[in-house]
Amino acid sequence: MSQFLGVFYEESFEGLEVMESGLLEMTPGEVDDETINAIFRAAHSIKGGSGTFGLSAVADFTHVMETLLDQMRDGQREVSDTAIDVLLRSVDCLRDMLESCRDGGELDGERVGALQRELEAQLSGASPEAAVASGAGAGAPADADNAAQGDAGGGWRIQFRPQRHLFATGNDPLRLFRELRGLGELEVVADGSELRDLALIDPEECYLSWTLTLRGAVDEAALREVFEWVDGDCELHIEALPEPPAGASGAAPQPAAAGAAKVAAADEAAGSGGGKPPSSTARPAPRPAADKPAPRAKAKESASIRVGTDKVDQLINLVGELVITQSMLGQIGEDFHMDKLEQLRDGLTQFERNTRELQESVMRIRMMPISFAFNRFPRMVRDVSAKLGKQVELTMSGEGTEVDKTVMEKIGDPLVHLVRNAVDHGIEHPEERRAAGKPECGLVHLNAYHRGGSIVIEIADDGAGLNREKLVGKAVDKGLISAAEGARMSDEDAYALIFRAGFSTADQVSDLSGRGVGMDVVRSNIRDLGGSVEISSEPGRGSTIIIRLPLTLAILDGQTVAVGEETYIVPLVSIIESIQVTPEMVNMVAGRGETLKLRNQYLPIVRLHDVFGIDSVRAARLEDGLLVVVETQGGPRGLFIDELLGQQQVVIKSLEANYRRVDGISGATILGDGSVALILDIPDLIRLASQQGSHQDSQLGSHDAALRHSA
Amino acid sequence: MANILAVDDSASLRQMVAFTLKSAGYNVTEAADGQQGLNSARTTQFDLVITDVNMPVMDGITLIRELRRLPNYKGTPLLMLTTESAADKKQQGKDAGATGWIVKPFNPDKLLSVIGRVLG
Repeated sequence: MSQFLGVFYEESFEGLEVMESGLLEMTPGEVDDETINAIFRAAHSIKGGSGTFGLSAVADFTHVMETLLDQMRDGQREVSDTAIDVLLRSVDCLRDMLESCRDGGELDGERVGALQRELEAQLSGASPEAAVASGAGAGAPADADNAAQGDAGGGWRIQFRPQRHLFATGNDPLRLFRELRGLGELEVVADGSELRDLALIDPEECYLSWTLTLRGAVDEAALREVFEWVDGDCELHIEALPEPPAGASGAAPQPAAAGAAKVAAADEAAGSGGGKPPSSTARPAPRPAADKPAPRAKAKESASIRVGTDKVDQLINLVGELVITQSMLGQIGEDFHMDKLEQLRDGLTQFERNTRELQESVMRIRMMPISFAFNRFPRMVRDVSAKLGKQVELTMSGEGTEVDKTVMEKIGDPLVHLVRNAVDHGIEHPEERRAAGKPECGLVHLNAYHRGGSIVIEIADDGAGLNREKLVGKAVDKGLISAAEGARMSDEDAYALIFRAGFSTADQVSDLSGRGVGMDVVRSNIRDLGGSVEISSEPGRGSTIIIRLPLTLAILDGQTVAVGEETYIVPLVSIIESIQVTPEMVNMVAGRGETLKLRNQYLPIVRLHDVFGIDSVRAARLEDGLLVVVETQGGPRGLFIDELLGQQQVVIKSLEANYRRVDGISGATILGDGSVALILDIPDLIRLASQQGSHQDSQLGSHDAALRHSA
Repeated sequence: MANILAVDDSASLRQMVAFTLKSAGYNVTEAADGQQGLNSARTTQFDLVITDVNMPVMDGITLIRELRRLPNYKGTPLLMLTTESAADKKQQGKDAGATGWIVKPFNPDKLLSVIGRVLG
């Protein structure tokens, strides 16, 4: 059984997500059938599975949840805020229970018990009777079973008269008799009096009835269980045979008397005892006692990912094509002469295409929709805003945007922090919002989309926005910057102060955020992923945080460029254009700062060989080389290089793992000729260049900032 | 050996049922909801269908009703897996044409003994 546990846990956690998002969507008083059905189904599956796999604590707990959900689904119970709240907490609790089952941890029995009581209180709230019946579970019917159970030492006489349509239910009298034969010695007498003329017989109907005599000490419950499925499809009379002469001739024991009662009488007894509808004599089979929990497999967090079959099919397809190409190339190579050169070229082109497609498909396997990271936010926003007494609506778009699994895992925590900040610091309290003429309910919007080889995630709020004066003042107070620096800072740079270590703008430190750790960690996490984070803000209108992340950490589209003897890779995503400049396009500022006037924009120029200290430079004058215009946080910049070599996809190798971290470089790759090329980290490179610049000429810094501001 | 169709939206339960039945020598086809089950049943003749009740797309009761309409499944044993001993679900199932039911939770032995009841 344990082999199915892994799958069970996986689908249960998915079910919990469905339940959670469904519960968050529900509005008290209005029940959307589809939503509640989905929630119910998830709970139902978890209950069924946990019962089957021996996780009885989980099954018991889910049973109560399911009962509550079932009543909501049937409209017997109103969906209240409290009920949703209790159910949400139950989802959390269930998740923890399943995790501890999976990892072999301890169950927090107290918490489970307390929550279960809360659920039961919900159940008993409106209709106490229903609560007792459902809360007691199988208890009541089981008692009724016991009462009806009896022994007839001598056996039973059974009159079995099926209705005509019996065969249409797939039940076969012969199978029933075989079952009975398993219980004792059986004598079957058929009654064919109903049989008609052959011409009139409908072969799909049953015209026979039987009188059965079963000898031996047979439990009535076991006997009835055999007929369980045909109940309602037949007339069934069961009566006890008199005890064999050896037994006492007088008083038959009480149960036997009950057994002798006709089915109708038994119905009444069951009706009063178990509160079951009188139409049913079907009793649940006695639960197998062997239902003890199976030894819990200590399953580790699985490192597997679920992949759609279409993706796998596509891979197989591509591998097939690759094999064809390979055999084609093999044939050409077997007896090669120059006439076949054209064929060889074609083959290689095809080979290249196959490889690229295969690579893309393999990458796609690791791609998951960003909704995996977004899903937890509705719940979190709900909880955080309730705690803060704010009204916040969370909207999302672009949840289907796919991103590499590793990137997704690493961006989760930073996103949590940013969304929490948006609710905590961004959105104002209702009264403040009212005073500012805004709707009381604040809005936080999460958006994701692809742009080039990146995924862009935006977290926007319509709150108060960032206050430049406050930010600068605080930074100066904390000694992060000097007052002079603060005064000449651009708005953009001032907003970026929130990413500095040890900076917090909340007036009061709350337990949610505002401890001054976090935003700097957020930024460094994002940078570690090769991404960037920017913030834009408008006082009174709200702030937007924009995160750019590479789609994958393994491969990037790069432009190879030559600087002196060195080859570098510029990520293609950051390149806007490459141009050759003429002297009149370049302005010199204070002897060192070169700016390029391009379409009425001034672009600072960064000479790569200066930044990296390369002597073997071929193009000393700007007009001899090329300018690669790259996009950065502070606007476009021109990277001065010797020449462009080509575009290719490069496999990223970590420089840190193999050597050490190098400023301005995000990694390395191995080129076709076997040499190593460094991949430029554009934001870091620009930072490095401006640092070098400001060491030599502090004037440039402010000019630079001013330029950026105007840009 | 008998061909059995196992329909359940929960992969773990479906796999458990399929595994148990396969180990006992039956041929098992799996389907994740009623519609998939119905599609399989239209192309393959099964000797027994075991279906869960609560499923997305098409539930088990509907599946049973639809199967009974097919000439090939007029007398085929159709069993439903029910979690609770709720009489109304069973009655709904019976009305739709179910042969019988298996109450969850069940263990492999219980499952095989019930299967034995309907497959000769």
